[in-house]
Amino acid sequence: MLRGETEFWRTVNEYNGEFNGLQNGTDEVTPGTVPNRREFLAWMGNSFALSGILYGLSGCTSAPPEKIVPYVRPPEDVVPGKPQYFATAMPFSGYGIGLIAQSNLGRPIKIDGNPYHPASLGASDAIAQSSVLGLYDPDRAQAIASSGIISTWHSFAAALSMELIAARADSGAGVRILTETVTSPTLAWQLNRFLNQYPQARWISYEPFGGDNERGGTRLAFGTELDTQFRFENANVILALDSDFLSDGPAHIRHSKDFSSRRRIAARSDSMSRLYAAESVMTITGAMADHRFPVSSMEIDGIARAIAARCGVQGIPLPDSTRWPWLDLVVADLQREARHSLVIAGPQQPPAVHALVHAINDRLGSIGNTVIFTDPVAAHLGNQLESLKLLTDEMDSGRVDTLIILSGNPVYTAPADFEFSRHLDKVPFKARLGLYSDETSARCQWHIPESHFLESWGDVRAYDGTASIIQPLINPLFEGKSAIELMSVLLGETPQAGYDILRDYWGQHFNDFESSWQQSVRDGIVIGSAAPLRSVRIRKDFHVPDAPVQAASDPASLELVFRSDPCIFDGRFANNGWLQELPKPLTKLTWDNAALISPEKANQLNCANGDVVEIHNGERAIRAPVWILPGHALNSMTVSLGYGRTHAGQTGNGHGFNTYAIRKSNAIWVVPSARIRKTGDRMSLACTQTHQNMEGRDNVRVMTLADYIHNPDSEGHAETGEETGSLYPRFPETKYAWGMSIDLASCMGCNACVAACQAENNIPVVGKEEVERGREMHWIRIDTYFQGSPQNPGSYFQPVPCMHCEDAPCEVVCPVGATTHSSEGLNEMTYNRCVGTRYCSNNCPYKVRRFNFLEYSNFDSARLKLVANPEVTVRSRGVMEKCTYCVQRINRARIVAEEQDRSLRDGEIVTACQAACPADAIVFGNIHDEKSRVSVLKSQPRNYSLLPELNTRPRTTYLARLTNPNPEIARGR
Amino acid sequence: MSQIFGRRMNFISRFTIFGAVFVIVAVAIAAGQIVRSPWLTEAHVVRVQPVPFSHKHHVGDIGIDCRYCHTSVEDSSFAGIPPTKTCMNCHSQVYSDSPALEPVRQSFRNNVPLEWVRVNNLPDYVYFDHSIHLNKGVACVTCHGQVDQMPLVWRENTLTMEWCLDCHRDPARFIRPRGEIFALHWQPAEPQRNLGSRLMKAYAIRSSEELTNCSTCHR
Repeated sequence: MLRGETEFWRTVNEYNGEFNGLQNGTDEVTPGTVPNRREFLAWMGNSFALSGILYGLSGCTSAPPEKIVPYVRPPEDVVPGKPQYFATAMPFSGYGIGLIAQSNLGRPIKIDGNPYHPASLGASDAIAQSSVLGLYDPDRAQAIASSGIISTWHSFAAALSMELIAARADSGAGVRILTETVTSPTLAWQLNRFLNQYPQARWISYEPFGGDNERGGTRLAFGTELDTQFRFENANVILALDSDFLSDGPAHIRHSKDFSSRRRIAARSDSMSRLYAAESVMTITGAMADHRFPVSSMEIDGIARAIAARCGVQGIPLPDSTRWPWLDLVVADLQREARHSLVIAGPQQPPAVHALVHAINDRLGSIGNTVIFTDPVAAHLGNQLESLKLLTDEMDSGRVDTLIILSGNPVYTAPADFEFSRHLDKVPFKARLGLYSDETSARCQWHIPESHFLESWGDVRAYDGTASIIQPLINPLFEGKSAIELMSVLLGETPQAGYDILRDYWGQHFNDFESSWQQSVRDGIVIGSAAPLRSVRIRKDFHVPDAPVQAASDPASLELVFRSDPCIFDGRFANNGWLQELPKPLTKLTWDNAALISPEKANQLNCANGDVVEIHNGERAIRAPVWILPGHALNSMTVSLGYGRTHAGQTGNGHGFNTYAIRKSNAIWVVPSARIRKTGDRMSLACTQTHQNMEGRDNVRVMTLADYIHNPDSEGHAETGEETGSLYPRFPETKYAWGMSIDLASCMGCNACVAACQAENNIPVVGKEEVERGREMHWIRIDTYFQGSPQNPGSYFQPVPCMHCEDAPCEVVCPVGATTHSSEGLNEMTYNRCVGTRYCSNNCPYKVRRFNFLEYSNFDSARLKLVANPEVTVRSRGVMEKCTYCVQRINRARIVAEEQDRSLRDGEIVTACQAACPADAIVFGNIHDEKSRVSVLKSQPRNYSLLPELNTRPRTTYLARLTNPNPEIARGR
Repeated sequence: MSQIFGRRMNFISRFTIFGAVFVIVAVAIAAGQIVRSPWLTEAHVVRVQPVPFSHKHHVGDIGIDCRYCHTSVEDSSFAGIPPTKTCMNCHSQVYSDSPALEPVRQSFRNNVPLEWVRVNNLPDYVYFDHSIHLNKGVACVTCHGQVDQMPLVWRENTLTMEWCLDCHRDPARFIRPRGEIFALHWQPAEPQRNLGSRLMKAYAIRSSEELTNCSTCHR
């Protein structure tokens, strides 16, 4: 199909009708290595002869001998060959996400959400999915080091005791403990006891993406620090002001669960929520919005004031709002839904905006219904940035003589103007507990390897205060210590294991200790530990500080917005290959960050993708490649933090640029005016947006809710079972016929499924160069389509796994029968038969097959072998692979069912992608069972299959994306 | 000018042409036999173990049930190799000072596992499950042979794909009542074909087409 005939597009180039293939110099064949005809024949002959010899040799040897090593004394409940499941929780920037970890013979290999846990409800995200790889990371710090020399825990404890004896004299006036956000009840208990012992000591907590603004907002609005929770399931109209609530913050999985529950329409009578988003950079929340308004971050303040004034918030004068013509209609919509409306502001907005938003919600009546408040869950209150500033000042003036850093990487993440590392050098005794020997450890004389959350006992609270016991799955791989074990030494206690410390603490809080403990550990939550709700009242003297003065618009200056990276967060996951290679939502960049700008701004600056610019924030500057993101606000540039690491490890070092170098404390989130200068250099970036191209066909279907209700068949078609004129015989009726339904109305492109698939199916990481050649191995990809003008396009996500076509084009072209069809409709891939002709991939219209061009799987590193799922073959070079519908899970469930002499129940088989999905977009099951969930979904009118004209009869089908636009707002995209 | 090739060349050329066909066929047959021979399949090759454990003695003479040691065979894909503790259940009392058992005692004392040589081994891309085979009436002896007559065990069958498929294509020849799967000397009271067909239905064994799907064993 010619470009231009289609409404949808994938890149700005494509929109402009230009070439959309792989980038220059990143051809599948390495340039300069193309042989001429004679060389080609010579190589062919040689390799043919060699393969004959090798095949002969390998066929003439028996398999290498193997040992079986049984236990000496078997542990209780371990049945070799059967996985075990344990509840645990992952601390993520301080807050807990409840998880169920799968352990095979003592190795945790797969993570899923804990259905009992309020922050998870059974779903997870890409970071949780990838945490198992982080556990086995060979680059983790492996020994206690004193000034870089391997030391012992005893020597450290002795050195620390000496310091503390000295500190006792002045009540610990020189002792400082720096943590990340702490919600762990046990750790907070220990820290507070320590502060009682040393009254002059101080505890500072700092997160580069902390909640200072949100807490400041509640202080302005209600006069006290509170945590805000949102009930998206109750909201009919939502306005997100620069808020990416679907991927930011400790409750984002819960937000996705609740939000998507109001976006999936089963019956036509179901109501659907409407989302408005005003934001600078396109986020997945903006992509899900029914109306998205690209505005710069600095404008949000004015928008919030204009809405507040219209809603009648006291003391807010009606500002000029002609710049936002949509505002009145949005406010009318919010007021129409009154208590079922919700306004939410992002963490990068200043406290004033948060306070305004609270006041708006109060006027709308939604407080108590869609917005609720609790006391802060974090154990340590106060402004994190200010307390870090105080600490650096104290370090500078030499008032700090002992600094204990528990996790966190302040040398890398602290605002640049604090010059944290320079001041740190003035502290005589510095000890750092950390997973990696990173930038901070390099500046501390003591480094203590931290135990991963999967290998140590601990506890953590979720966003709503619900406490979880963190249950380890494995003994510490590198004799790491947890924060509570280190604190126990600081407290001068006889060294205790984390388990005992934890039981000591919880022993004071459980009435019937042993049974409460057992239940809490088993369930993964402590029942009744959620923070009680607080009823709030806007303070009588409600007043918000005046809006910051808008900087004069200088054509070479842009607003600069700092965001956490969607994959590696603040940089702490930089050494995780799964996360590095995960295409970031919307940009589809891997392995790098970039400076995101709008297509129009790129024209003005005369920049193309990959052009390096210098970004000046005052006297500090960095060089960054530009990436054009459709829908970005015009006078704004977004840079993500977390890259440019120097001490991350062999995977994370040297990728991207370090944005922290220009992040200053006076503008920690948004720099009003940063100067941009094009350098003329170029940098190659690995972007997967144009890979596995389905040649411009309209594969995503979108309809409005109104259209769906009145004319349901306009985009989809229910499976009618009609013969469509295929030459192949119909697929036989079998008891089970596996199929999948993917709901595009709730999919928000968050990547959880991609990471879950990678973990479940032993999918290798290929590295940046190979991604540039289009060789990434993910079995499920998330296609992103844009629609309309690049200034503010509609954007749609479509996860594409193998379609498991009933008449699969790949099968008929395989010369060796390596890809075949099972009687239940699985398109099987038999690796040991595959000889790597790649005909199947050429013939696949959906481009879902992946080829191991090189030996991507790691067969050498003993520790990385531990993460492999023993139920799935690890593929070697020269083998094709693709989505199997998690056939290992089908087989496991079938064996269980057959041993119990029963049929498989609907919902008994859950694929890895389905289990992870926080939007419940993916449903797998038996399509020959009319009552199964997947059959019911496939009978909806908005069901459709990809490229139906090819008659491949895919088993994976889609439910068309629904949007719920406000009919009064013209489609001004 | 005389002929270059004499009359005898007629015979030689015929012999060479037909002989070549014969040689090719012979090589093919030989190759086929070699890949099925114990040299490659390791069938019937006795394995030397760190402790000369005799199935003949423990199973044949004493009559210990398979499941006493291979505990997970009914529940898991893996039948289970007994931990040292299982050996010591008896051998802390009987033959407690036998020199042959010193490695066992040493393992128990030092908490260092015994390393047994694997006898029945499948390639890593094959996923076999013991529990479902037992559940469907495939006896231990069907694949593992008369272990009660093996002083040191060997691989009874080739474990080639051909051998697996031989049963998966027509399981009725081997299926037994579930109660008899651990018996080593059981004989069907009626013709096996009748019994097998009946049990196939009773145990809801899937059709040979389904049992020979690639994904039944490969994933």
